[in-house]
Amino acid sequence: MKLDRVLQYSQAYNFYQWVRKRHAPEPGVVFLSQRRVYILPTRPGITFGCVLVLMLVGSINYSLSLGYILTFLLGGMGVVSILHTFRNLAHLYVSAGRVAPIFAGDSAHFELFLESRSDFDRHSLDLRCRGATVTCDVPARRISAVLVPLVAERRGWLQLERITVETRFPLGLMRAWSYVQPDMRALVYPRPDSSSLPMTVPVPDAGEVFSAGAGTDDFAGLRPYQASDSPRHIAWKASARNESLLTKFFAGQAAAELWFDWEQLPPDMNTEARLSRLARWVLLAEDQGLRYGLKLPDAGVPLGGGSAQRDRCLRELALFRVPEVDGRHIHA
Amino acid sequence: MPSATPANTLPLAPLMLLFAGAVLTIAPHALWLPWWVDGVAGGLLVWRFGLAVRGGALPARWLLALVTAVAAVGVYLSYRTIMGRDAGVTLIVLLLSLKLLESRSRRDIFIAAFLVYFVALAGFFYSQSMQTAGWMLVTVLINTAALVGFSAPARPIADNLNTAGRMLIEAGPVMLLLFFLFPRVQGPLWGLPQDAYSGITGLSDTMSPGSISQLSTSDAIAFRVKFHGAAPPRNRLYWRGPVLSEFDGKTWRAGFPRLHRESLLEVRGAPIDYEVTLEPHNRNWLFTLEMPGRIPPNARETSDYLVLSLPPVRSRIRYEARSYLDYRATAGADARDLALELRLPRDSNPRARALAGEWRQSLGNDAAIVGKGIDFFRASRFEYTLLPPLLGTNSVDEFLFDTKQGFCEHFAASFVFLMRAAGIPARVVTGYQGGDMNPVDDYMVVRQADAHAWAEVWLSQDGWTRVDPTAAAFPIRVESGVAAAARGAAALPLLLRTNIDWLKALRNNWEALANKWNQWVLGYNPDRQREILSWLGVQQPSWQTMAMMLFWSVAGVLLLIALWLLRGIRRVDPVQGAWLRFCQKLARAGLARDGAEGPLDYAGRLARRLPGRAPAVRAIVQLYVELRYGSRGERHSLARLKQLVRQFKP
Repeated sequence: MKLDRVLQYSQAYNFYQWVRKRHAPEPGVVFLSQRRVYILPTRPGITFGCVLVLMLVGSINYSLSLGYILTFLLGGMGVVSILHTFRNLAHLYVSAGRVAPIFAGDSAHFELFLESRSDFDRHSLDLRCRGATVTCDVPARRISAVLVPLVAERRGWLQLERITVETRFPLGLMRAWSYVQPDMRALVYPRPDSSSLPMTVPVPDAGEVFSAGAGTDDFAGLRPYQASDSPRHIAWKASARNESLLTKFFAGQAAAELWFDWEQLPPDMNTEARLSRLARWVLLAEDQGLRYGLKLPDAGVPLGGGSAQRDRCLRELALFRVPEVDGRHIHA
Repeated sequence: MPSATPANTLPLAPLMLLFAGAVLTIAPHALWLPWWVDGVAGGLLVWRFGLAVRGGALPARWLLALVTAVAAVGVYLSYRTIMGRDAGVTLIVLLLSLKLLESRSRRDIFIAAFLVYFVALAGFFYSQSMQTAGWMLVTVLINTAALVGFSAPARPIADNLNTAGRMLIEAGPVMLLLFFLFPRVQGPLWGLPQDAYSGITGLSDTMSPGSISQLSTSDAIAFRVKFHGAAPPRNRLYWRGPVLSEFDGKTWRAGFPRLHRESLLEVRGAPIDYEVTLEPHNRNWLFTLEMPGRIPPNARETSDYLVLSLPPVRSRIRYEARSYLDYRATAGADARDLALELRLPRDSNPRARALAGEWRQSLGNDAAIVGKGIDFFRASRFEYTLLPPLLGTNSVDEFLFDTKQGFCEHFAASFVFLMRAAGIPARVVTGYQGGDMNPVDDYMVVRQADAHAWAEVWLSQDGWTRVDPTAAAFPIRVESGVAAAARGAAALPLLLRTNIDWLKALRNNWEALANKWNQWVLGYNPDRQREILSWLGVQQPSWQTMAMMLFWSVAGVLLLIALWLLRGIRRVDPVQGAWLRFCQKLARAGLARDGAEGPLDYAGRLARRLPGRAPAVRAIVQLYVELRYGSRGERHSLARLKQLVRQFKP
């Protein structure tokens, strides 16, 4: 019982806890107390120690009084540098900032705030997250914002992974580090494919019939055939000359209304491909200032326009059938 | 803000600092390094400097390997070895320049910086003066600042120097503790290379015309003396060195040293006790006042009263000795010994022999002959000069009868020649005569310029008796020193000649400081360590005790440094602190603030509950809100807030 309390205050115990557990993200402001700052010599630090031993042996052998002084001065400096490196990291406050949604395959930039409430400047703090490193300084009593990149491989929620905050300041002989995992997640949209807007069939209850960037009124040109194009719009003659199917492309003047419907997509497309296609259409429609809606098997977004509509649609696509555990979407 | 450093471009500012450190650390070596090493090291540094500034590509590996190989061969050709001390240091200097040239990554930088420290240490092989120490401190500061710079590339150089300086200051107490308490071992741990002690000047065990006058041009310090009582008068300060008995017509040499079996010295008068701090001279003899009655432990005395240390004196040492100015010395006076002190080369110096023969015939008594000899030197018009004319084969004749210009070695040598020719056993004694008392620290300083030679004759009643023919001819030499006596004194060092008082005072102060440095820094050895520990009340500590003392004192000092360094790490906002104290006072009065209650709401509630305190509460809350959330916070309003909170009573 008592031993447990004692153990909790030991560095080794904390380190073991961090390594053993798949620790949960920490909400709010994370305080890097001295018990979670670890410090060990770097490889140059070990070399430095060996050099000092050599210098000491030389001083003894040649009875060099100033040699002793130099060796001990450098030794003292090495020891003092432990304290400097430690204080450069300890008592730092890390809190989560914003993270903008991104598309799968891109890097999410997690904004973290590093706050120093101490009287001295902190230099060269490295934040490492899955191979990427960013460096920042935190002046005394200031807050620095830093963007940590993390590649999003799949749509859904991207939980920020464990970040190693480390520093070798001032001499590079010591490395102090700590692990933080602020509770932060980025929304990852499906990666849009490269299709064009579909020739959407008129929907009876949609009121005004569509057309704008893509309609059926006026012939505007030809473009490569896509699986979702209506066979009626295939330019058979041109296709024959071109060795691949071309679709006639129409433009209309009227304000267009488009419905992007899961069910309308070719049946052989898998879920992720459908979501990518729909995401692409949402982006194109938004670019061209159209009004559009989204129909998914168990959800939908009513007609609308503007960036809010786009974000809402992309969010629905991103979270489509993402399993939810413990009230939280977990990035699989 | 995110920044990535490309792998093989190093930040320029710290690189410049590293170059500066390398130049500073190599510079003291440049004086003795072979000229081609200076050239190569300088060239490599300039090359790398140019590449760093203009941003060119670093040289290819094969080229570096070639330069390295050529340099190693060059060192071998220069020294005929690569193992000695000088050859080793030369190699490290070249290695440092080459390492800088090939530095492209952090790893290289660390190696180069550590080499700079190492070369700085090697600088102490050649000089350990205060100036060298200061120079190396600057080198270490700059090199450390370079290391700081490489771990924070964007910082200005001045900040890095500042950080490095602060770290060195913080390392100071640890360094002092380690220096004084680290168990000292008398080196060397293993055999030193042959060239470890080259270039040390001092007396030698031979004397030919010119060898002592050459020393007289040096104001280097030979040794320092601390008398435990009053110092004897200057003209009795004969510091005994090598005794020379063999003469080949040109050069006097010391005989083979024979150690005393028993002390053959009858003493009279009060003993003189003193401590000598001897500069290294790479010989075995220890200088003592004539005649030594008690010699230091670990030393031996020869039959001609020369005190020898067993190992050669290769570092500054201290020893205690006791001497008697009045004595009768009878050692080394067997018939065989005395016969050795009569030998002269055949057929040389006929005029001197004739003169001596004349004295022998006219005066039967040895003492009378010695007195006649002294009179001869007093009466002849000799000239005392640092720049005597060159002498030929019959050097004694030429000096005594023709040139009549000479230095103490001429006087002593010719006097001994005359005595031997007259049948009186005699020998030349070399050493130092005189010494200057430094009024700043009461140490007597004996310089190389005080080197002297005199004669010793064997008289059966008195034993070995000192005769100083130089003093006979020029009493002023032993009364006032060489500078007063010698003609041609322009060859003497300026400070020996000068009569300017402030210059002398400056010199005395500087030398007293240098002496402190020698006694406490350079001369800190196992003996002095024991001395210090016994002052601290630790007698004869075992190494375990020493280790524990060292550990706990260093730990204590580090704790203090840590407290100092970490004092500002958890700063409580003074405004918030004052506010919290205010809230605590109210909480004790039963008016605790709700967690969600803002300061203004709280103030409203307080004003209703404590109408008598409403103005004070309002003032405090207003100030707090202004300081905490307002755009301008002023010092005096913070002080006011603190004061109001202190005075507030709910």
